[in-house]
Amino acid sequence: METFVFYVFSTILMVAAVAVITVRNAVQAALSLVLVFFTSAALWVLLEAEFLAVTLVVVYVGAVMVLFLFVVMMIDTNTAILREGFTKYLPIGLLVAVVMAAEMLMVVGSQSFGGHALPLPHPASYDNTAELGAVLYTTYVYPFEIASVILLVAIVAAISLTLRRRQGIKRQDPAQQVAVRREDRVRLVQVPTVRDIPLP
Amino acid sequence: MISLSHFLVLGALLFSISVAGIFLNRKNVIILLMSIELMLLAVNMNFVAFSHYLGDTAGQVFVFFILTVAAAESAIGLAILVVMFRNRNTINVDDLDSLNG
Repeated sequence: METFVFYVFSTILMVAAVAVITVRNAVQAALSLVLVFFTSAALWVLLEAEFLAVTLVVVYVGAVMVLFLFVVMMIDTNTAILREGFTKYLPIGLLVAVVMAAEMLMVVGSQSFGGHALPLPHPASYDNTAELGAVLYTTYVYPFEIASVILLVAIVAAISLTLRRRQGIKRQDPAQQVAVRREDRVRLVQVPTVRDIPLP
Repeated sequence: MISLSHFLVLGALLFSISVAGIFLNRKNVIILLMSIELMLLAVNMNFVAFSHYLGDTAGQVFVFFILTVAAAESAIGLAILVVMFRNRNTINVDDLDSLNG
């Protein structure tokens, strides 16, 4: 049963990955990439890595791929120009990919690699999330902090790259608004009283 | 019964597909970024498989950090892409030759 599930999900994964690199439309490529991530999450559940599987769906399908789709739809691209050279580079690309795949398969598929070992069965009380958290907040606490700093840097970098200061638009300046004094806004004028207005 | 080799072969095939994607779509920056995401996913697949079959949680911790860095990378990459499109009105790699490299 497990083998059947593995082969079904692997087939979907391969087909979707090929679709990502071959389809004409970038939106379709992004949607195929969503399918790739979702199928990988299913395979990771099969590997008893539930926390990472859920993280992959939430972070990648929920955030990164939505960002990709946003950018793809915002930028209008001329697909014909972007795809020129597709057939020109098809032979060399396929050759490199096939040779690489063959080399890696010879290594990881060989009998002497030890890849045919089966995992040790976990006790019934095994909790993947608790296990990961126990290691992450003790042994790997400094890398964890660095990861948070990297995310902060990414936020600052992305915002400062895309922030655009356009000329000629009206905008509020909060500092100026706070620093205003009464004398700047209110002017008391002495209006002379007019005495002899003729009544109608 | 599925063994470690099954998952390693899957990761190797996924990595090769993404290398082919970089060759085939070398004009389109968006598809290039997607191919890089596929490569990182193939590596993560290997990490999770080793972590499961060798009974070591460290592999999954590494996947956690790779996911973090990959998310930051794609956010900054897409921001650069938007700025590039705003300035040059193209995402064709061949048009980006102002450094004359």
